[in-house]
Amino acid sequence: MNKKIFTEPLFKGNPITVLVLGICSALAVTTKLEPAIVMAISVTIVTGFSSFIISLIRNTIPNRIRIIVQLVVVAMLVILVDQILKAYSYEVSKQLSVFVGLIITNCIIMGRIEAFALGNKPFPSLIDGLANGFGYGIILVVIAFVREFFGSGTLFGIQIIPLNWYLKNGGFYENNGLMILPPMALILIGLIIWVQRSISKDLIEK
Amino acid sequence: MDTNKNLYTVIYSTVLVVVVAVVLALASYLLKDKQERNIEIETKQMVLKSVHLGTEAATAADKAKYIEDLYSKYIKDTTIQEGDITLQMYICTLDTKDRIYILPVHGTGLWGPIWGYVALKNDFNTIYGTTLDHKGETPGLGAEINTPAFCKQFEGKQIFENGNFVSILVVKGGADPTAVNQVDAISGGTITSKAVEAMLKNNLTEYLNFFKANLKEPAPVVPAADSTMTVPADTTKAAIKTPIK
Repeated sequence: MNKKIFTEPLFKGNPITVLVLGICSALAVTTKLEPAIVMAISVTIVTGFSSFIISLIRNTIPNRIRIIVQLVVVAMLVILVDQILKAYSYEVSKQLSVFVGLIITNCIIMGRIEAFALGNKPFPSLIDGLANGFGYGIILVVIAFVREFFGSGTLFGIQIIPLNWYLKNGGFYENNGLMILPPMALILIGLIIWVQRSISKDLIEK
Repeated sequence: MDTNKNLYTVIYSTVLVVVVAVVLALASYLLKDKQERNIEIETKQMVLKSVHLGTEAATAADKAKYIEDLYSKYIKDTTIQEGDITLQMYICTLDTKDRIYILPVHGTGLWGPIWGYVALKNDFNTIYGTTLDHKGETPGLGAEINTPAFCKQFEGKQIFENGNFVSILVVKGGADPTAVNQVDAISGGTITSKAVEAMLKNNLTEYLNFFKANLKEPAPVVPAADSTMTVPADTTKAAIKTPIK
């Protein structure tokens, strides 16, 4: 049972490509691999623990202020992640800047709390939250890999494409400027959805 | 228990908010020293970077110590008084005994503050080096102002042209390679690029009197040019009062 909860969001129920949630940050932080990975880890931690905490207190939450309680818990976790990044990973926290704060508005988190954590025990909720974070992270890393490689010729900031290939150094190659612009991230997500639906036909709506 | 009663809801939300506030206050208290230290090291590293020092910080075993040692060896903090305004300045004495004047600059980018350090040679005209940084410009676009590729463009550029202060122009669509005061803007980051241009102009203008007062051999000034300078000439004395030690 727990295994299925974990594997489902990675492919068949992927939050980005199937549920189409969390697109906003997927466009914003995927120009480089490093911020994309830190963002993926941050979101995974927040989804996992917010689902866990909400599930722990799910029977005590007054129904009328349910959403507010969820937001307070999520916001607390996001601020904690932000503070810890600032103390222990200052460089990366600078690169992510506003997007860490914007994890609060990431639909995956509220989506999983509402759809899963409110009706399930804490441990499965933790797994569900973490797995959705991973599912989000996989897509982010794939997109960031393509965008950084073709857009900047680097991976993790290290030059991969030989410098003497470039037109300005007398070569034949030029970085694709479109890659670093947000629309390309959307196109890439579209391509991933296409590939995924070609593989598992049952995802296609009738 | 009925969780839908008004009293229950009020007590529940109060307790929740207090608990969350305590957790966050505690986290902030415990992490504050470390965060402030990070910011201090970051600032010092930026100052050093503008004069091409501290380039091995990434590989240094103890980055903080490496930066502090270099900083205390080369950089001297100072301020100059310009009327009512106190201007911050850092003076770097290189191994060659050449003095480099590092001026902090601050401005507003597209999403938040941008700032940086401009290092001028002792002719108060030629840029020796620049570091720029930002709070939250768009990654891959405006955020590129802090990359070495963008900052390197400023080296050797001149902020005066024929004795007139023009600052540095960040030109969209490509700078004229023969111009001494133009650099390329960032594709897709036009607003941030223009913000850099405005920031340099606004901040460097404040130091104009200081430049004039401390320039041993003034560049030939076209007389009519004075009208384009924004600082009135009679405040020059204020700058002379605080010569560089």
